[in-house]
Amino acid sequence: MSGALHSQLSLYAAIATSSFRRYSTYTAATLAGIFTNSVFGIILSFAYLALWEQNPTAGGYEADQAVTFVWIGQALLMTVALWSGGSTDELAERIRTGDIAVDLYRPVSVLGWYLAADLGRGLYHFTTRGVAPAIVGALLFGLVSPSPAGAAGFLVSVVLAVVVSFAVRFLFAASAFWLLDATGPRVLLSVLTTFFSGLTLPLTLFPDGLRQVALALPFASYIQTPADIWLGRHTGLDMLAAIGLQVVWAVVLLGVCALVLRAATRKVVVQGG
Amino acid sequence: MAEADTPAAYLAHAVRSYWLIAALWIRAAMAYPVSFWTMTVGGVLITFLDFVAIWLMFSHIDTYGGFTLREVALLYGVTSIAFRVADMLVGSVEKIGQKVRSGDLDAMMTKPVPVLVQLCADRFELRRLGQIAQGIAVFAWAAPIVDWNPQRLLVLVMTLVSGVLIYFCVFITFSTIQFWTTDASEFANAFTYGGNTIMQYPMTIFPREVVRSLTYLLPLAFVNWYPCLFLLGLTDPYGAPDWFRFASPLAALALVGLTALVWRQGLRRYRSTGS
Repeated sequence: MSGALHSQLSLYAAIATSSFRRYSTYTAATLAGIFTNSVFGIILSFAYLALWEQNPTAGGYEADQAVTFVWIGQALLMTVALWSGGSTDELAERIRTGDIAVDLYRPVSVLGWYLAADLGRGLYHFTTRGVAPAIVGALLFGLVSPSPAGAAGFLVSVVLAVVVSFAVRFLFAASAFWLLDATGPRVLLSVLTTFFSGLTLPLTLFPDGLRQVALALPFASYIQTPADIWLGRHTGLDMLAAIGLQVVWAVVLLGVCALVLRAATRKVVVQGG
Repeated sequence: MAEADTPAAYLAHAVRSYWLIAALWIRAAMAYPVSFWTMTVGGVLITFLDFVAIWLMFSHIDTYGGFTLREVALLYGVTSIAFRVADMLVGSVEKIGQKVRSGDLDAMMTKPVPVLVQLCADRFELRRLGQIAQGIAVFAWAAPIVDWNPQRLLVLVMTLVSGVLIYFCVFITFSTIQFWTTDASEFANAFTYGGNTIMQYPMTIFPREVVRSLTYLLPLAFVNWYPCLFLLGLTDPYGAPDWFRFASPLAALALVGLTALVWRQGLRRYRSTGS
């Protein structure tokens, strides 16, 4: 039994590794992306500095924390595939073409396969398009560094961010089972993620009411939660609670993914394959 | 081009070809009305929330870089309209690398229409009209703060035309790099989308060097900053000459010339992947 588990785990590790390798072949694209993330980081840093100069405690951040928030956002937007991309795009395409039937007959869980591939991609994007712009930001503006506990919590939170984002993207991609084309839903999803992740503006700056709703949504897991842990706004039990909410969203959303997949499988069989 | 003997005839041929190809893509998009409308609405929402973010910033401050919300909205509206129109007109130019890899560019070379016209008309996206409308809406909301007269209206029209040309050239110039590195399409985003983002803010929040670069190196400040100072009756806080407020067409013309050179160079550099 433990042998079976071990072989399952090594299989998922192999999927993740090959996904990591696949992305690492596009060096020029990665360098171009790092450059672009850095340019946006610089623009937003000046934009935030001007805001915090007028109101030094806006959203409960100080100016240097606000600038750090900008660079964490730029570092994570590819890692969590904020505007889609990653294995879920392939899923949507395979549903459209019908190749998904092959995936369903494989002796591996479809959900596990695509999640492993997306974690491999996320690790690649984190180590390249995450770390490199952050270094640029640190050199140009000087960023706030986390406590050891904050750093550890941040890493856990980022992994959970990728899982939550994956589950959400999986659901939107799976809509192709019924709509045949998932482009429309994908555009609507990027509207939600851009605004409610904290990328355009930290959620703490939202007005009362909207702020509480935004902080409870799964999109807050993408950038706002990891950033607040890095910045030391969640410490101790509060940090565990923030990570706990991410875990809850990850489990609930993956559960829904499994249910949707089961319903969709039945539909594929009905269609006659 | 045998059928185009004079520059005017050549231009007419180019424009006609552009609309023929664009019309084809409009019909293709309309074949999937649900996709078309969700993507149009989605595009409007993304740009709309983009402005909501600026509006939310003003719930924590009264002035931003010395500018009120409506003044920032004026800057935002002008750059958005110019950028989104240019974005609609350039079509597949951002994806030159992809066209090189797939060999589609070779096919384009054999057709009696300039390659640039074909690329710009390729995958023409009518849904971008939604984002243009969003820019117009923000501008219309800000417009009452300007004390309009015929001279200011003329400057506005001149500015919008120049702004479209400037962004159009920026799209093409930075996409030309893909003739050298076919998968670095994102590099251009820093200057195109990044350019539009930076121009949404008053230049007073940036260091002098940044504003200088946006004047002399990449003349995006002529898209909205200098002409809007005129519309608002303000003098430049960085002390730029007053005639800069009317110099947008000059900046646009200079950029058109430069872009033509870069584009020719890129096309000459092009070697098919098939070799």
